[in-house]
Amino acid sequence: MATVSLQNVKKSFGATDVIHGIDVDIKDGEFIVIVGPSGCGKSTLLRMVAGLETISAGDILIGGTRANDKEPMDRDIAMVFQNYALYPHMSVRQNMGYGLKIAGLPKDQINAKVEDAARLLQLEPLLDRKPRQLSGGQRQRVAMGRAIVRQPAVFLFDEPLSNLDAKLRVQMRLEIRELQDKLGITSLYVTHDQVEAMTMADRMIVMNGGIAEQIGSPLEVYETPRSLFAAQFIGSPAMNVFDAEIAGGVVRMGTATIGPVSGPDGPVKLGLRPEHLVLDENGPLEASIQMSEPLGANTLLHGRLSPSGDVITISLSGVHTTGEKAAAMRFSIDPANIHLFDPDSGLRRTA
Amino acid sequence: MAQTHGMVEKRGVGIWLTHAFMILGVLVIFFPIWLAFVASTVTQPEIVRPPMPLWPGDQFWENYSAALFSGVNVPVATMLFNSLVMALGIAIGKIIISLLSAFAIVYFRFPGRHVFFWMIFITLMLPVEVRIVPTFEVVAGFGMLNSYGGLIFPLIASATATFLFRQFFLTIPDELAEAARVDGARPMRFFWDIVIPMSRTNIAALFVILFIYGWNQYLWPLLITTDPEMNTIVMGIKQMFPSGDDVAEWPVIMATSILAMIPPVIVVVSMQRLFVRGLVDSEK
Repeated sequence: MATVSLQNVKKSFGATDVIHGIDVDIKDGEFIVIVGPSGCGKSTLLRMVAGLETISAGDILIGGTRANDKEPMDRDIAMVFQNYALYPHMSVRQNMGYGLKIAGLPKDQINAKVEDAARLLQLEPLLDRKPRQLSGGQRQRVAMGRAIVRQPAVFLFDEPLSNLDAKLRVQMRLEIRELQDKLGITSLYVTHDQVEAMTMADRMIVMNGGIAEQIGSPLEVYETPRSLFAAQFIGSPAMNVFDAEIAGGVVRMGTATIGPVSGPDGPVKLGLRPEHLVLDENGPLEASIQMSEPLGANTLLHGRLSPSGDVITISLSGVHTTGEKAAAMRFSIDPANIHLFDPDSGLRRTA
Repeated sequence: MAQTHGMVEKRGVGIWLTHAFMILGVLVIFFPIWLAFVASTVTQPEIVRPPMPLWPGDQFWENYSAALFSGVNVPVATMLFNSLVMALGIAIGKIIISLLSAFAIVYFRFPGRHVFFWMIFITLMLPVEVRIVPTFEVVAGFGMLNSYGGLIFPLIASATATFLFRQFFLTIPDELAEAARVDGARPMRFFWDIVIPMSRTNIAALFVILFIYGWNQYLWPLLITTDPEMNTIVMGIKQMFPSGDDVAEWPVIMATSILAMIPPVIVVVSMQRLFVRGLVDSEK
């Protein structure tokens, strides 16, 4: 168990900078999810913590000591890989015990630890099988088990669920979270899936293009996204963003006005979450609906805003039919639920 | 019903035809070996008097024990042993060296890595025969004529095997090396615990090929073994042919040929089982 601290961590491959300075302090036992689109540097960041990539600048502290020049094995970490990276010729038992065997633990201790971990993960009946005889979910568990037996200070997960089917992913998500709660081991978890980030994280790091757009709890990021990128990346379906203008204490967009809002007059990016829009015959927003996706619990409406023609998505709870195609519907939104961003920097306007 | 019957009949004819062709092919290939075997079980006069016998005679033990324990220049048992040492030495040596060099080329970033790789690769283009004179000079200079070392070492470096292992190592996912690093395995530990067990099917297949390569070496042993005690069997058969007016002891020479075939057959048959099982067992 340990704190992890990244201090202005940078990474460049030759002349290309891929990580432009990340600062974060991770508390003991915290579950941090690093989320972002592919190529944003999230895996690289994790691998730098693991010691599999060198650190170009800045410091990584694990348990308060500088780990920059330590080998992975000396950092007291364990890692779960996307493709599990189980040794194909070893049984589950040997896979899980390999780290301990290298550490030179006596056989009976290794066995005891492996069996403890296997019990925790319900792997006991599988201990003598080879990885190829296991299903995807079971392999995933073995990879977890291999990380657990070493009782590391920090767990590192590199997109561990992306090779599983949707149902199993939900189940493993809960299991990983539950296990982490039980063991209380500081964890860094990389994913491109914002649902995983929302459901698992104590705090998440939203990364884009090698910088941390926002670091905060899932609800903080959802409710007060610090930038347009964070606003659109977190939340499903993604936030609608329109060009608008503040004039006289209200937001104007074409003929529609939403307000009151505070802030100086001038152009602004207006963000509206699909689930915050409500049907309202007298609402300011009019949209012609092209398509509806009834999901049961809620319905997604896809349409174009009149008169600008911008694409808009609306999520209404319950079942709705659009009637005929291109039907016009009106919507309103609580001014407390709108998000305003600076059109140049993309940063949130604080009201 | 009739159609089903027809299909079965048709397939039946197909099976008979393919089998007939296969049996014919086997007979064509097997016939010379059969003649050699027949010749090794009859007496010298029977062979030289036409027509040649087609069925084994009663001299099996006489001819084979003559070959094994006295031979023409040197007992065949000695030559078999020399060949075995040479073939095993070449096969095992080549495998060890190629495993290590492929491991170095794939997993370590050292200066000149590509240069070394291409140097090894280029030697693929040089057959033994091209460099045989300078190699002979070197081996003679080291005083290794008529020794096992002289038979084995010049043939032990193998670009083919290195290249093959390199290609295989490249298919091992990087994550395995990284997982091993996180688990605390130093490079040689990773090599020994992960890479070697994962390569076992390739090693088995290569062993078969290299053993036969070593066993069948002819020119090199012919050059450097002047002492009959160091002859290998493949060149030894040639040495048994008479020079000048001597009479060729065909039954003994044929018995030697048959004996020379047996060890490679044993290796192929036994290792084949191992590497077929390995192929079934293995997964990336």
